[in-house]
Amino acid sequence: MGRNKPPSGPEMLQGTLDMLILQTLITGPAHGHTIAHVIEHSSQDVLQVEQGSLYPALHRLAERGWVSSYWGTSENNRKAKYYKLTAKGRKQLLAETSRWQQLVEAIGRVMARAAGTGDRS
Amino acid sequence: MGIRRFFGRKSEDRDLAQEMEAHLAHQVDDNLARGMSAEEARRQAYLRLGNPQRLREQVWRQNSLVFLESLWQDLRYAVRRLRVHPAFTTVGVLTLALGVGATTAIFSAVNPILFASLPYPQAGRIMAIWETAKERPRINGTFGMYQGLRDRSRYFETMAVFKPWQPTLTGDYEPERLEGQRVSSSYFKVLGIAPFMGNDFQASDDRPNGPNVALLSESLWQRRFAGDPKIIGKQITLSGQLYLVIGIMPRDFENVLAPKAKLWSLLQYDLSLGPAWGHHLETVGRLKPGVNPAQAVQELNAIGREVLTEQHPQTYPREVRFLVSSLQSDVTSGVKPALLAVFGAVFLVLIIACVNIANLLLGRSVQRQSEFAMRAALGAPGGRLLRQVLTENLVLAMAGGVVGVGFAMLAIRLLVSISPANFPRAGSIGMDRTVLAFGLGITTLAGLAFGLMPALQAAWSEPRKDLGARSREVTGGRSPIRSVLVIGEVAVALVLLIGSGLLLRSLEHLFAVDAGFDAANVLTMQIQTAGRKYEENAAVHRFFNNVLASALGVPGARAAALTSQVPLGGELDEYGARFEANTTQPAQTYSVYRYAVTPGYIATMGIPLKSGREFNQRDIAGAPLVALISESLARGRFSQKDPIGQTLQLGPQGPFTIVGVVGDVKQLSLAMNQADAVYIPMEQWQFADNAMSLMVRTRSNAADLAPAIRSAVWSVDKNQAIVRATTMEQLVTESEAERHFVFLLFEFFALTALVLAAVGIYGVLAGSVSERTREIGIRSALGASKGIVLRMVIRQGLSLTAIGVALGLVAAIFASQLLITLLFGVSRFDVVTYVGVVALLGGVSLIACWLPAWRAAGVDPAIALKAE
Repeated sequence: MGRNKPPSGPEMLQGTLDMLILQTLITGPAHGHTIAHVIEHSSQDVLQVEQGSLYPALHRLAERGWVSSYWGTSENNRKAKYYKLTAKGRKQLLAETSRWQQLVEAIGRVMARAAGTGDRS
Repeated sequence: MGIRRFFGRKSEDRDLAQEMEAHLAHQVDDNLARGMSAEEARRQAYLRLGNPQRLREQVWRQNSLVFLESLWQDLRYAVRRLRVHPAFTTVGVLTLALGVGATTAIFSAVNPILFASLPYPQAGRIMAIWETAKERPRINGTFGMYQGLRDRSRYFETMAVFKPWQPTLTGDYEPERLEGQRVSSSYFKVLGIAPFMGNDFQASDDRPNGPNVALLSESLWQRRFAGDPKIIGKQITLSGQLYLVIGIMPRDFENVLAPKAKLWSLLQYDLSLGPAWGHHLETVGRLKPGVNPAQAVQELNAIGREVLTEQHPQTYPREVRFLVSSLQSDVTSGVKPALLAVFGAVFLVLIIACVNIANLLLGRSVQRQSEFAMRAALGAPGGRLLRQVLTENLVLAMAGGVVGVGFAMLAIRLLVSISPANFPRAGSIGMDRTVLAFGLGITTLAGLAFGLMPALQAAWSEPRKDLGARSREVTGGRSPIRSVLVIGEVAVALVLLIGSGLLLRSLEHLFAVDAGFDAANVLTMQIQTAGRKYEENAAVHRFFNNVLASALGVPGARAAALTSQVPLGGELDEYGARFEANTTQPAQTYSVYRYAVTPGYIATMGIPLKSGREFNQRDIAGAPLVALISESLARGRFSQKDPIGQTLQLGPQGPFTIVGVVGDVKQLSLAMNQADAVYIPMEQWQFADNAMSLMVRTRSNAADLAPAIRSAVWSVDKNQAIVRATTMEQLVTESEAERHFVFLLFEFFALTALVLAAVGIYGVLAGSVSERTREIGIRSALGASKGIVLRMVIRQGLSLTAIGVALGLVAAIFASQLLITLLFGVSRFDVVTYVGVVALLGGVSLIACWLPAWRAAGVDPAIALKAE
């Protein structure tokens, strides 16, 4: 992990981790380790999920009713706590996704102009 | 949600720990798969995970409600502090307990009367129905009128009449005289209560010579018949006649119309006995939904007119008017003003108690100022300090409240035992959920009230000032809040003292009222005849004459007589006295008390004979009908003319020739002036009274003779019940039981307030003296004599008292309005009371000032200046 320090914890935009977790769960229930692994893997290890953020986040999502949890057995035969997207969570994910897209576009526009002015000088 | 999470956080934490372990295991699996050695895999996994403890703590905090957490802290701190200062805590808790206990106890008595509705379905529709006239707002109904109203009214669903009944239960058990009611068959339908076992009365049985049926109260059923369900359908013997028990009323049935009634039978009004126009029945009715009492009054008045024009009953004036009011207000209206006054008074006591505790707390918070200043300096936010002080005070309040509710339970028992005999709904006075909620509610309010003031003071303190120069202050900060509180206390105490002073003076005036008879050394006992052998008038009269002769033979009895009702005895036997038209006056009917008496009654009672003669042994059954009339009636009908020789019709009977005029006697209460009365010889009344009161004037203490008289009565017939044996002096006292009751409560409240106010003054002065020790030392050092110091402190205390008294006087002038219905013979601005109370309060506060002043005067300047 000698590269650029990946954004995590408070550095990550607030709510982003929540959104990522919800997005991960859209393909089906998963336990904490899998969720972290999927996020890291699909971001090509740019995003590192610290357990110190992941579990409080999962707890928060369960608290809000966006995910539900149950104890199950994992692929390598271990006891694990599985998280599952609820209907409420699905709706939340949709809302967050569109907000995220707006945000990205907005930031993109700002950055494009910045890049433009940078060119002129 | 938050709360559930808060309490579930322990198990959540265990869950999370397991989850961490699972995560770790998966990480190890991954690392192994990547080809690491077992040990390396484990080490790397731990490194990735970080400190699981920190994670658990983070989630724990997420689950925790910071508010509750710190509340718990505050609570523990508060309890610790209160335990460290046992004297302070005890005084605070007891003071509040006194206030809360008294207020809760009074509330328990007031609640069923002022706030709760009667324990019947749709109780608001149950109405008391009275005939009414200008001089008498409530006149009993007659059976004839009841029939008319019942048959014609369209606004009432049902109507019922009833009268008291006191049968003697005999049989396999020892004879017992019971309180009961004779009711029309619709009585329980009006109340909306059905027997819980057996059947209600049938309308078809409510006729003359109908079957003898009885309903029993649950308590009588349990007590006399051991709760045996087979009693239904069996016969019991009541006053010598067999009655079929048809049902048992529910245990929780509260009969507000006759709280002591234990059994009921049908009225079976016998019209063959004569016209049904005697005013001796009470009437109730259940209105149809949506009808208001005013509409009902209109309808009843109209029906009343019809009935009178059709039947011309002699006992009625030309017109009859009705009064219809909800049973609730009818039953309670008599005591309502008194209770409101008492309730107001007890609230003042509670306020004083709170003020006193606030004072204590303020005094203590002066000592704690450096603690708070230190904590504020260390960064405690003002809100947090305020909350902590408030928590402490609420803990104190709750302790006081719990002890107070305990006090209340005792006080309620005491209250019930000293309450006047006819106190409405006395049976439902007790500690129930409403009362408990009230007690805890006022405790919380009290805690907030007295807790907020010191809390605010603490939160607003300035750390720099309090930490720094404190010890060098010379004059000591006088606390304006505490002075204001003491002034308030004195004012409230004054209001209460004036209230009880006015009541005391009223009682004095009342007992100085001439009752119209000489109550000293008169014994009275009511004797009832029951059983088949007393069905004939002659037999009843013979029995009573024998009783009288037997009583007269008892050594120590100076004179004796019998009467159908006893002045101030609670009976209300009224008839219409009708004077026919003569040359100068039209016919006129007066409502009068009827006294059927034996010769010698007037002399025995010491009632003055104004003119004419008393009854004598020749005024017997069959002899010409004669009557005595009261002075007020003579004046009302005949003004200056001599009434002797004139005649009158009394209810169904007459004409009676007036042979004498006697002095007015108080019948209902000492405070009431209504006194029109007609006396007739016992034997001349066509329906023999089966209950007569024996009056015996004794040579010495009347009560001492009671056993001898009792056995004299029983020597005539040992099976007859003696109902009420007491002295006339006792009856006079009891007739003012309600005023006396209110006075007792006021007296207690006022004395409590006085003591609390004195303690308040003492506390403030003592605090002030100890704060001003340096100042006083300097003054003494500069030459102030002990006398000067003494005067200075006393002046400080008395000036607080004076301001409090001034405010209290203004408040008392308004508050005394509440007492106006209870006053008798004194103005609510009675100067004697006001002066007396101010003097008392001044004296007590002088004593309260004296101690701290004396201490101040004893300050040794050398020690005072070296101190600190």
